[in-house]
Amino acid sequence: MDNRNCKRYRDEINKMELTLPAISVNEGMARAAVAAFCAQLSPSPTDLADIKCAVSEAVTNCIVHAYKHKKGNFYITVNLYSDKTVRIEVLDKGCGIADVRRAREPLFTTDAAGERSGMGFTVMENFMDRLTVSSREGKGTLVVLTKRLGRKTAEEE
Amino acid sequence: MFSTDYRLEIKKRDWLLMVRLFGEIDHHSAVSMREELDRIILKERPRRLVLDLSCIEFMDSAGLGLLMGRYRLMREIGGVLAITRPNERVLRILHLAGMERFIEIDGKA
Ligand SMILES: Nc1ncnc2c1ncn2[C@@H]1O[C@H](COP(=O)(O)OP(=O)(O)O)[C@@H](O)[C@H]1O
Ligand SMILES: [Mg+2]
Repeated sequence: MDNRNCKRYRDEINKMELTLPAISVNEGMARAAVAAFCAQLSPSPTDLADIKCAVSEAVTNCIVHAYKHKKGNFYITVNLYSDKTVRIEVLDKGCGIADVRRAREPLFTTDAAGERSGMGFTVMENFMDRLTVSSREGKGTLVVLTKRLGRKTAEEE
Repeated sequence: MFSTDYRLEIKKRDWLLMVRLFGEIDHHSAVSMREELDRIILKERPRRLVLDLSCIEFMDSAGLGLLMGRYRLMREIGGVLAITRPNERVLRILHLAGMERFIEIDGKA
């Protein structure tokens, strides 16, 4: 999507594309698959756990919010770069988000009845280096998560 | 293999109900965990529910929703919820949501 950004990274060393139906059993499947793919960069256990959690959040949002438990697919693309940067795209063609800024606020949720905590985007933001969310109502949502492995997070410093 | 499996272990003493959770908490597993926990809570009506998280291998924000929901249910029946032995990962996500402000959390695993 944003080609200019990719230039910052050194060479792309590997790439994975994954299409999965938006059913809840695929939350575990998606995070396990992405973690297995990222293992070739020898991530620390903490980095790997951060990535798994962020992917789980993005994928759950596709299932719960974008398609509201109806039929649809979500699309994951993972790029690995030689400077140990991981870039993960999670795309859906669901309902989209009317106000992205508001959606990203901690504790904001449109599904309180479903016992959502409204902390999904906050988790993604805190566990990764960067989160971008692009969305169009009625078209879908693209979430991009990036992390340079082996770097300390703001909390740890 | 990839389906999120979980298991509960229950101990009861007087008004205290101890539940140890095993496995992964995500939106997929939280749906049935919630049902099972609420069934036990409403049957036993404990004054104090302690959820032992020491054997949780993964938890995302669905776990926060699960814990907040049980916190509310315990309050409704006049009891309290406490969380014990969260590992470092789980503790980090609990703190991110500021859960320690209203739920008693103790004993790092
Ligand atoms: N992929 C998506 N499609 C449509 N809406 C979304 C999507 N992701 C997030 N949202 C909206 O943003 C809100 C906040 O998301 P999040 O921080 O993950 O909290 P939660 O999932 O607990 O509601 C959701 O309640 C929903 O309204
Ligand atoms: Mg969410």
